Amino acid sequence: MTPALAVHDLRLLIGGAAVVDGVGFAVAPGEVMALVGESGCGKSLTAHAIMRLLPDAVRQDRGYVALDGDNLSVLSERQMRLVRGRRMSMIFQEPQAALDPLSTVGAQVAEGTGSPLRQARAAVLAMLDEVGIADPARRIDQYPFELSGGMCQRVMIASALIARPAVLIADEPTTALDVTIQAQILDLLRRLAIERGTAIVLITHDMGVVADIADRVAVMYAGRIAETGDTAAIFARPRHPYTALLLAALPRRTDVPRSRLAVIEGRVPAPSEFPTGCRFAGRCPLADARCRAETPLLREVARGHLSACWHAEAVR
Amino acid sequence: MRRYIARRLLQAAIATFLVITIVFFVMRLSGDPTLLLVPEGATAEQIAALRHALGFDRPLAVQYLGYLGDLAHFDLGQSLVQRAPVWLIVASRLPYTMALAAGALVFALVTGIPAGIAMAVWRGGVTERLLSALVLAGQSLPTFWSGILFILLFGVSLHWLPTSGADGPASLVMPSVVLGALAMATFARMTRISVLEELGRDYVTAARARGLSMGAAVVRHVLRNAAIPVVTVVALEVGNLLAGAVIVETVFAWPGIGQLAMQSIFARDFLVVQAIVLFVSMVYIALNLATDLAYSAIDPRIRGMA
Repeated sequence: MTPALAVHDLRLLIGGAAVVDGVGFAVAPGEVMALVGESGCGKSLTAHAIMRLLPDAVRQDRGYVALDGDNLSVLSERQMRLVRGRRMSMIFQEPQAALDPLSTVGAQVAEGTGSPLRQARAAVLAMLDEVGIADPARRIDQYPFELSGGMCQRVMIASALIARPAVLIADEPTTALDVTIQAQILDLLRRLAIERGTAIVLITHDMGVVADIADRVAVMYAGRIAETGDTAAIFARPRHPYTALLLAALPRRTDVPRSRLAVIEGRVPAPSEFPTGCRFAGRCPLADARCRAETPLLREVARGHLSACWHAEAVR
Repeated sequence: MRRYIARRLLQAAIATFLVITIVFFVMRLSGDPTLLLVPEGATAEQIAALRHALGFDRPLAVQYLGYLGDLAHFDLGQSLVQRAPVWLIVASRLPYTMALAAGALVFALVTGIPAGIAMAVWRGGVTERLLSALVLAGQSLPTFWSGILFILLFGVSLHWLPTSGADGPASLVMPSVVLGALAMATFARMTRISVLEELGRDYVTAARARGLSMGAAVVRHVLRNAAIPVVTVVALEVGNLLAGAVIVETVFAWPGIGQLAMQSIFARDFLVVQAIVLFVSMVYIALNLATDLAYSAIDPRIRGMA
């Protein structure tokens, strides 16, 4: 089956440094795929590259994105505008900042349909209702400042999905929200993915969120994919030392109170200081001379489970 | 909303009272006004007689109360030089200054704001460089010099426009452009900064992610958000236009209150000067009030504030 979204060998440059290098993955209709990593690993830039909304300073010099088999890199900006919102859309980390403070909720949701609110009013009301906004007839004419953060994110989701796109990019959609609201928004995304068959790329730094909602995961480190596979398989047995350390860093209910939380020593190198070989070698307990000299490529270590580690089999 | 307006009105009333008071005392601080009025070589008796006739020999507090009472009846006094009521003198000049300020404001708005938007949207290109040269010129050329340059070029050499005076709409063109140049530059710079700041916000990316073109995102979302700081400088600039009118009206022999202010200062016609200062201050206060009300029209968050 053709995946709803496929990213091939994406490389993004800032100045001369490859901040995203060789990133590729595919998402099936109705599937939630999590792109997970620390801040600065390139996951958000990857999301913007998929939408072709990269900041001026970032240049894509390799790779392409295919939407339902159609290569988007051959499209003009004008054609790309017909893709955005209609076939593929995006929601953002801070819903209140992602809504224009001076436009009503309804006007912004209607933009996703391409028609003015006067004509799209019924559709907008139905969509607000579908994303779980109580009393949509009142909310539709309110301004973002009159809504809570969680409600603003529901409005964003409504504006992103009203034209029934096949793909939704969700860039840290719950990071700025309270934990209880977080769970509601994740449930909503999950439900919409199933009901509408929307493929969702969920960008997050939170392994807890991944465990909650994602069918599959791609773990990114320093602009590359370290490991990818089914969520269950990766949580059961990570095949990359970075993933293993991330999972070990999750606090557990069985932790002794007041004990130290596990941390990964060191920090992500800056793009200008990326080492040759494996970019994680500087922080990796398994690193040896080969890791520092040769870049490990993604290879299949179990069915559908890929790891970019020379020592994948040794990871515990 | 009602309380917001009521509070702004009260502030305007207090500001008006303070201006009236300050103008009175500053004029008196500059010395005995009688001495400004008497011809050279007047005797001490003549000066004392005039002082008594004008009431300047009364205690300051009494004079102040009299002045407040007169103002309450919109009585600005008699010009001692022109032997006519001050309000009539000022009112006869006012339409000219209004026309000039309006012309300058229209010129500054229709050139400055689009220029600022263009500089922000097409940043880093040739457009921005050309426009910033224009803005720099508008900002740095002094009006007494650019005015004379315009008269030489468009009036004397090319004969396109009348060199001076107030003879129909054509004679309004040059003074408006010269007077509006600085405001144009200010509007362009402020608009550029404000639009640039808004362009970097998430809601712009979000609007584009819904399929809006950059142009549509600017028109539908960015401009309104960028408008608030621009509205503020527009109001302040109108006040500056009135101040700038003093020089421009003198250069172009334009019979407005700027020229009147200049003539009255030279003629030591201090009641007329006082009336003009009061008038310009009132315009400032009214503009500030209008700005505050404009904010609430633009921004629903201010409208929502009690």
